Amino acid sequence: MPLVIGVPKETAAGEKRVATVPEVVEKLIKLGFAVAVQSGAGDAANFGDDTYRAAGASVVDGAAALWASADIVFKVRGPTAEEVGLMKEGTMLVGFIWPAQNPELMQQLVARKATVLAIDALPRQLSRAQKMDALTSMAGVAGYRAVIEAANAFGRFFNGQITAAGKIPPAKVFIAGAGVAGLAAIGTAAGLGAIVRANDTRAEVADQVVSLGGEFVKVDYEEEGSGGGGYAKVMSEGFQQAQREMYAKQAKEVDVIITTALIPGKPAPRLITAEMVKSMKAGSVIVDMAAEQGGNCELTEPGQVVVKHGVTIVGYTDLVSRLSRQSSTLYSNNLLRLTEELCKTQAVKGDGTLDVNMDDDAIRGLTVIKDGSITWPAPPLKQPAPPAPKAAMPPPAPKGHGGGGAPASGTRAAAMFGVAALVFWLIGASAPPAFLAHFTVFVLACFVGYMVVWNVTPALHTPLMSVTNAISSIIAIGALVQIAPPLLGGGAARPEDWIRWLAVAGIALTTINMFGGFAVTRRMLAMFRK
Amino acid sequence: MSESLTTVAYLGATILFILSLGGLSNPESSRRGNLYGMVGMAIAVLATIFGPHVTTAGIPWIVGAMVVGGSIGLYAARTVQMTQMPELVALMHSLVGLAACLVGFANYIDPAASAHLAGAEKTIHEIEIYVGILIGAVTFSGSIIAFGKLSGKIGGKPMLLPGRHLLNLAGLLVVLWFGREFIHAASVQAGMTPLIVMTVIALLFGIHMVMAIGGADMPVVVSMLNSYSGWAAAATGFMLSNDLLIVTGALVGSSGAILSYIMCRAMNRNFISVIAGGFGTGGGAPAAKSGEEPAGEVVPIGAVDTAELLREAKNVIIVPGYGMAVAQAQHTVFEITKHLREKGVNVRFGIHPVAGRMPGHMNVLLAEAKVPYDIVMEMDEINEDFPDTDVAMVIGANDIVNPAAQDDPGSPIAGMPVLEVWKAKTSIVMKRSMASGYAGVDNPLFYKENNRMLFGDAKKMLDEVLVALKS
Repeated sequence: MPLVIGVPKETAAGEKRVATVPEVVEKLIKLGFAVAVQSGAGDAANFGDDTYRAAGASVVDGAAALWASADIVFKVRGPTAEEVGLMKEGTMLVGFIWPAQNPELMQQLVARKATVLAIDALPRQLSRAQKMDALTSMAGVAGYRAVIEAANAFGRFFNGQITAAGKIPPAKVFIAGAGVAGLAAIGTAAGLGAIVRANDTRAEVADQVVSLGGEFVKVDYEEEGSGGGGYAKVMSEGFQQAQREMYAKQAKEVDVIITTALIPGKPAPRLITAEMVKSMKAGSVIVDMAAEQGGNCELTEPGQVVVKHGVTIVGYTDLVSRLSRQSSTLYSNNLLRLTEELCKTQAVKGDGTLDVNMDDDAIRGLTVIKDGSITWPAPPLKQPAPPAPKAAMPPPAPKGHGGGGAPASGTRAAAMFGVAALVFWLIGASAPPAFLAHFTVFVLACFVGYMVVWNVTPALHTPLMSVTNAISSIIAIGALVQIAPPLLGGGAARPEDWIRWLAVAGIALTTINMFGGFAVTRRMLAMFRK
Repeated sequence: MSESLTTVAYLGATILFILSLGGLSNPESSRRGNLYGMVGMAIAVLATIFGPHVTTAGIPWIVGAMVVGGSIGLYAARTVQMTQMPELVALMHSLVGLAACLVGFANYIDPAASAHLAGAEKTIHEIEIYVGILIGAVTFSGSIIAFGKLSGKIGGKPMLLPGRHLLNLAGLLVVLWFGREFIHAASVQAGMTPLIVMTVIALLFGIHMVMAIGGADMPVVVSMLNSYSGWAAAATGFMLSNDLLIVTGALVGSSGAILSYIMCRAMNRNFISVIAGGFGTGGGAPAAKSGEEPAGEVVPIGAVDTAELLREAKNVIIVPGYGMAVAQAQHTVFEITKHLREKGVNVRFGIHPVAGRMPGHMNVLLAEAKVPYDIVMEMDEINEDFPDTDVAMVIGANDIVNPAAQDDPGSPIAGMPVLEVWKAKTSIVMKRSMASGYAGVDNPLFYKENNRMLFGDAKKMLDEVLVALKS
């Protein structure tokens, strides 16, 4: 009897996501689980019950029946008290729990002896954990949607155009905070053709901003703003003063402001004051992605779109749900990767067992309740030792031909010349002149070969080999001159037959080479074409 | 034809041979280069046949031998598969080696050849015979073994006899000693024994040398044997006092030597250590154990997802290896390339100098599949482009894309230049299994975050990718 993964319909108002999409259902079944989906769970994300059935899930009517049948529950938002009431004892729950903000929920779950994996508690700094990082995938979706909402509320094009009806300047978009959401917003806005500027307290993201087509606006104040785990920290008063001045200046210039600044466990920083809003051009737009945590803009009303001082301020808190199909797909992929992590210990692939391995840093971080006892917060991760500074790479050998490399050092060259001189002297002292003539030819030919062959393009090395191979069948000449030389009247008996047969064999062998080598080279070279 | 006419004909042939090699500097001029080679060869052979050293009595024999040899050669050249090119080349080297031996023996038993020589000249002539046969025999047996290894008739693993360096050294001493005997031999009959003993030792040495070399070092061996066949021809030229043979042999010899050097440099290996044989055995400690075990997990990918990645990429670099040759996947690779290029994807190929089993092996296979050569890049040309590449697809290659060569000084392949596919946004490695490459080194690339593994036979998987791309 396989473990049943239950996917209930989300109950939170305005929540349109679903924790598992049909595509992922198939993969979960392959891992050895059965999947039960509450009827209508995917409707808001355009995944009908039938598509779930087609993927192999059973569709269950009503939340009660679903929770009762599920051993493992995949959710998006944390369960309500009611839902916890429906839960079987010992059920495993995966979803956004936010244990710090929801101590009551934690207690209720403990009472049900549940095992709870809070996807928001994932140690994001583990590179291995990225594939499970739902905060990142959701932030990406939200960043994209924020730009779309801004474009929707903005009365002009984003991209500049020169048309017969006149010149249209491109919109200027300022993005406060270049985290995942900010970066997604930068990319999207730049893709729409706007001029994008962005700022973040962490100076190291400047490169990322530029890589996505934005311009990084610096705050004129020196302070390091990275607070660990990829979040920013609260900055000093002096910095905040300088930052406010910068924002005030940007507010006067730009058409659209998108704010994404969040500090974990704290209300969102107030970046945009009422004054700044007033200073913006009429028709400008502010999208406040931090609305849920109080908003980066003083005038934001969470969940609402309001117009203040002629500026549209979008305070939607459900940006992700507004792209429910996309965000559901990404979220369920995150959960699938998480499930695969849990199934790593499967003895037989797809046998449907799983193990909450508390020795695994990623899983340890996720697990906030294990078998009814709170395990949150997880101990801080061992900081990986800073990578040893890379040993200075030796400068790459200079490319190029002619033996490559730098000219040999003076002493080495001298030694080589010395040896060569000695060898030449020895040969000169002992060899007869006839030999020396051939030797001269030989040495010079070696040099010619050296010079010529270095110019051969590496792509033609195989043809080079086959053509040199064909040419080396010039040895046939050696056999040819032996086969029937004019008699010189040298008295000694010449073993004619032996020589002839040796020579004939030699000729036959070398002609194989000669014809074969040239023909195959021709065949090869004919293939090289532009 | 007079002696002088023959000599100038030889000179012409020499120039044509040099032009022939020079023509290979780029594919445009290469076909003409090959033509020069053929013309040069024809001139040389005809000038010899009609020259003063061959009487008309020999012509029927010559024609007979050439017709037989020529037809075999042409048949082989027509029918050989491009993937079998390394075998064919190795086999042909063995023929040159054998011919050099035969010519050497024939020359030795011919009293006319040395009748007019005396004193130092006679000694030198005998040394030339001795050396010519020595090189010829080593080339012959070595090439035969290389052929066997390349065609899979002999296992690719290096065979390492205990004390093999001592064996070689002993062989060398015996050869030297018999060389002394040979020179001092009073008659042809007396000289025959040392000559034959030496030939046998040289043959054994050739076998032993190539047996000890691992499959991944084959490009070095093939180019080295190429070089040997040239030196054998040059030695024969000295023996016959024929400058054409000397020049041609020297050209071929230095060409092979340079290729060997290039191959060694591409593997960051010392020529001596390759010849001494065995991979990673030179250092003493079992090299495969050093360095860290790569950590992480392997993410497999299917053909459909691969097609998806390729379709959405702007820049794709394909890195082929021996696996592509084995699976005969080059045509499918081209189909995929063509399809992607029509869709506006910038597809290029990155070729590592030692990819495959002989220098330039991959280029020939891709050329056979009609991949235009201007999108086929050398490692040095393309390595800098990986960071801007969306998908790097590795087909049946392993060691040449191993990041350990750069990151892990303990790795047996440390310092070997490699194609930096891991710098691409996504790399896809096509492999039959997780088995390690010829170097026996685990590949950390497979465990990288941005790497995907497409398991299966390269041809089959690529066919599936192509179908998915077209749908």
